[in-house]
Amino acid sequence: MTDDSVIDAAGLLADPTRRRLYRYVTEQGEAGRAEAADALGIRRTLAAFHLDRLAEAGLLAVELRKVSGREGPGSGRPAKLYRRADREFGLHLPPRDYASAAHLLAEAVERSGAEEALYAAAREEGARRAAERGADAPRTREELAEVLRGCGYEPAAEGGRGALRLRNCPFHSLAAAHPPLACGMNLELLRALVAGYGTGFTARMAPRSGEGCCVEIVPDSAADSKNNED
Amino acid sequence: MRIDIEAGGVLCLGAMSAFHLAQINLGLLKAPLDDPAMAEFTAAFAPINALADASPGFVWRYTDEGRDDATLTRPFGPDLLINFSVWRDLESLWDFSYRTDHLDLLRRRREWFDHLDGVRLVMWWIPAGTVPTLGEAGERMELLRAQGPTAEAFTFRTPFGPPAAAPDPAAPGART
Repeated sequence: MTDDSVIDAAGLLADPTRRRLYRYVTEQGEAGRAEAADALGIRRTLAAFHLDRLAEAGLLAVELRKVSGREGPGSGRPAKLYRRADREFGLHLPPRDYASAAHLLAEAVERSGAEEALYAAAREEGARRAAERGADAPRTREELAEVLRGCGYEPAAEGGRGALRLRNCPFHSLAAAHPPLACGMNLELLRALVAGYGTGFTARMAPRSGEGCCVEIVPDSAADSKNNED
Repeated sequence: MRIDIEAGGVLCLGAMSAFHLAQINLGLLKAPLDDPAMAEFTAAFAPINALADASPGFVWRYTDEGRDDATLTRPFGPDLLINFSVWRDLESLWDFSYRTDHLDLLRRRREWFDHLDGVRLVMWWIPAGTVPTLGEAGERMELLRAQGPTAEAFTFRTPFGPPAAAPDPAAPGART
């Protein structure tokens, strides 16, 4: 189940520079060599070397694209743009296969029409996690973002609305196979978690085309005037 | 999100496909539509239908005579609400179903719909420009029930690409 290419890929990230580059690219969504080098304060050739190693291992995907707006000699050469690869890497030692179990359980919930039971369980789990932090609960949007980052949601502050977009879906493959079920479970989990912290934020469904989580975190005040911004 | 569609690359990538995707799905109503328990669902009809109509890749949806929704026609049972539409391809139907506010209705479906055993959704390819009939939809559901997913009747779980060759409009029996 865990083949050596996964271990090799994880091994590559043991290098601090590579790990910073990987994180930078995933945070940006897409990045070129020059901007990654500038952001990390390293030489471009070094950034290029490490980025290509990450791409060879399958952690990053590469696209050659002409950067628009450039004229004159040299503008014809397309730039290498890096983004996180679609492939999922899972490393469990000893080997475990929770993904297959999750898919089977989701299938069973749908076949038996037990969605509401799953949502209820997710609500209770969210409330339990919120209570677990007790006095350590996040107080600001930044602290809330930090907690959600720790859960793998990759939150990003958004514009003037004071909202948080969640750029990663921690349940991605499950959500692709059982969208309403997995997204509903995720919403209940986040809603109970965020409400439980009492930070003044609400989780709500706001799917958009493309990648990312279908839930967004908005200030309670914005949640009252729902769905007006589309 | 990634839908793996077998073959059909030449036809469906970028170029206008000669085929469109028809889908029908059924919902087993928990209560009559005028019951107060269904109010939030019925209130969503107009905005969600408008959202569908404006979605990229939307081609057609079945509506009752003189209405903008399909709440009256119940060909498959008195409590079985139908949702019958045509889309440019699998991706556009997926994006509307799961990457718009429509997802929120699906998430809440157990508030309004009872669990339905067996086939409740089927998709199939139709020549672009043709309009599928309810009879055809019933046949496709029967096909899926009898044979499981095939290129003639399938679901998102086991999708099939459009037929490889465009239908010859001059061929005998070809529909226009």
